[in-house]
Amino acid sequence: MKISFSVNGERADLDVEPRRTLADALREDCGLTGTHLGCEHGVCGACTILVDGEPVRACLMFAVQADGASVSTVEGLQGTDGELHPVQEAFVACHGLQCGFCTPGMLMSACHLLDTRPDADRETIRAEMSGNICRCTGYQGIVAAVERARADMRDPAGPGEGPVHPWEVTFSEE
Amino acid sequence: MKCAPFDYVRAASVEETVKVLGEADGDGKILAGGQSLVPVLALRMARPAVLVDVNRIPGLSSIRRIDDTVEVGATVRHSRLAEQTEHPLLAEAARWIGHTAIRSRGTAGGSIAHADPSAELPVVAVATGATVTVTGPRGSRDVDAEELFVGALTTSIEEDEMITAIRFPQPDRWGFAEFARRHGDFALVTAVVTEVRGRPRITFGGVGSVPQRAAAAEQALADRRPAAEIAHIAAEEIEPTADLHGSVEFRRAIATEMTRRALAQFDSVREQSR
Ligand SMILES: Cc1cc2nc3c(=O)[nH]c(=O)nc-3n(C[C@H](O)[C@H](O)[C@H](O)COP(=O)(O)OP(=O)(O)OC[C@H]3O[C@@H](n4cnc5c(N)ncnc54)[C@H](O)[C@@H]3O)c2cc1C
Ligand code: FES
Ligand code: FES
Repeated sequence: MKISFSVNGERADLDVEPRRTLADALREDCGLTGTHLGCEHGVCGACTILVDGEPVRACLMFAVQADGASVSTVEGLQGTDGELHPVQEAFVACHGLQCGFCTPGMLMSACHLLDTRPDADRETIRAEMSGNICRCTGYQGIVAAVERARADMRDPAGPGEGPVHPWEVTFSEE
Repeated sequence: MKCAPFDYVRAASVEETVKVLGEADGDGKILAGGQSLVPVLALRMARPAVLVDVNRIPGLSSIRRIDDTVEVGATVRHSRLAEQTEHPLLAEAARWIGHTAIRSRGTAGGSIAHADPSAELPVVAVATGATVTVTGPRGSRDVDAEELFVGALTTSIEEDEMITAIRFPQPDRWGFAEFARRHGDFALVTAVVTEVRGRPRITFGGVGSVPQRAAAAEQALADRRPAAEIAHIAAEEIEPTADLHGSVEFRRAIATEMTRRALAQFDSVREQSR
C-alpha cells in the first residue's frame, strides 16, 4: 500500500505491506534506526515514539495506520544546529543510560511527560517512566535526569538546578 | 516474530465494517487500538485474512451524557476516558489501564470486546450494569454487560458484529480499589462497590474468567453490615483461580483488603453527598 506521513517534519512516501509495523517501517524503510525494538509486544517501551503528539508503541501500530499522521522519533530531538535536547543533555549529565538500548523510548516518554506535565513531581515521574523497561540503570539515573530536564526546561538560561548525579538525590521511602 | 500477511481495509462506516467481516466469513478481525490484537498477531496465535481498521469511522469517538448514563463510543481511547469528568468511576478505572503509551491507543470497544478477565473496563461495565450496543448484518442490539462476558477472552458478540458504543449508568456512589504488582500492570484483584439506581453491587475483576459479582456480600451491604464483615463474605463467595501470580488463598486475602478499601471510598462518597 502507498502511504505518506511526516517524520520529524520531513515527508516520507512509502509503499509497504499492511503487516509492516510502524517501527519496522521507520527502521528499515526510513533508515531511522533510533527507534529500538525489544519485545515487539508493547511491554518494554523501547519503541515508544510520538504520533500526532501522543506516545505510541511503534511495534503495536501498522505503518498503514500512520498514513497522514505526524510522527516524531528520537532522531528529531536534536536541534538542527546539532545541539542536544534538554532531556538528552540531562540523560548524559545524570547517567540516565548505560547500554542505551532503552534510551530512545525513555527519551520520547520523558519528552511527552514534560510537555504535558511540566510540573510533574518525582512520584509522577517514577510512575510514568515505569512504563519503559531498563535492564541496566536501576532507574535512579533516569528519574534524576527527568527531574533535571524539568528544571532546565523551565529555566533554559539558568544553570542546571536539578541533581547532577543520582547519588545526590534523596530517595523517598516506597 | 512478525504477523502473517493480511488484507487491510480502512473502514469508513460501521456498515462497511460489518460487510467486510461478513464477507470474510469468520476470517476477519476488527483492528481498534491494536494493543491486544497486534501482540496476538505477532505471536501468530491468530492469523486473520482481513483486518478492518475502525479507527477512522466518524461518530464513534464521542462521550455523551444521556439521562443518567454516559455513552462511550467504541473508539474512545483510554486516555480520554481517564480525563473526562462526566463519569468519575470510569475515569478512575481508565487511569489503571497500562501506561500512557497503551492508553493513548487502546479503545473502550476493544477492551470490552477483548474481555480480558484482569482488565478494568469489563469490571466497571458489570459493576454499573452497562449496556453494550452491537451492530451486525441483522441490525443493532443492546446486550447487558453481564450477559456479554461468557469466559476468558470470550464474549457473546458474533464474528460479523461490531461494538459501537457502551452506556455506563452513573452510580450514585462508588468505590474502586485495585492491586497489581506494578501500577499499569494487569490487576491481580480489582474490587468495585457501587450503588446504581438504588441497588448496591460488589464486583470483582482478576479473580475468575469473567467479572464476578458477590450476591451475598451485596445483601450484607444492603443490610448495612460492618465493612469487615462484608469484605469477608465477599472474599469467601468469589471463586478465584490460582496462577503464577498468586494462590487462591492469596487472592482471597487481597480481595478482602481491596473490598475494605473500596467500601471505605464508597462510604466517604456517601458522607460527602449528605
Ligand atoms: C503492555 C500492555 C499493558 C496493558 N495493560 C492493561 C491493563 O492494565 N488493563 C487493561 O484493561 N488493558 C491493558 N492492556 C490492553 C489494552 O487496554 C487494550 O487496549 C485493550 O485490551 C484492547 O483494546 P484495543 O482498542 O487496543 O483493541 P484491539 O487490540 O484492536 O482489539 C482487541 C480485540 O477486540 C476486537 N475488537 C476491537 N474493537 C472492537 C469493536 N468495536 N467491536 C468488536 N470487536 C472489537 C478485535 O478484533 C480484537 O479481537 C495492556 C496492553 C499492553 C500492550
Ligand atoms: S518493542 Fe515495542 S514495546 Fe517493546
Ligand atoms: S540503559 Fe541499558 S537497557 Fe536501559
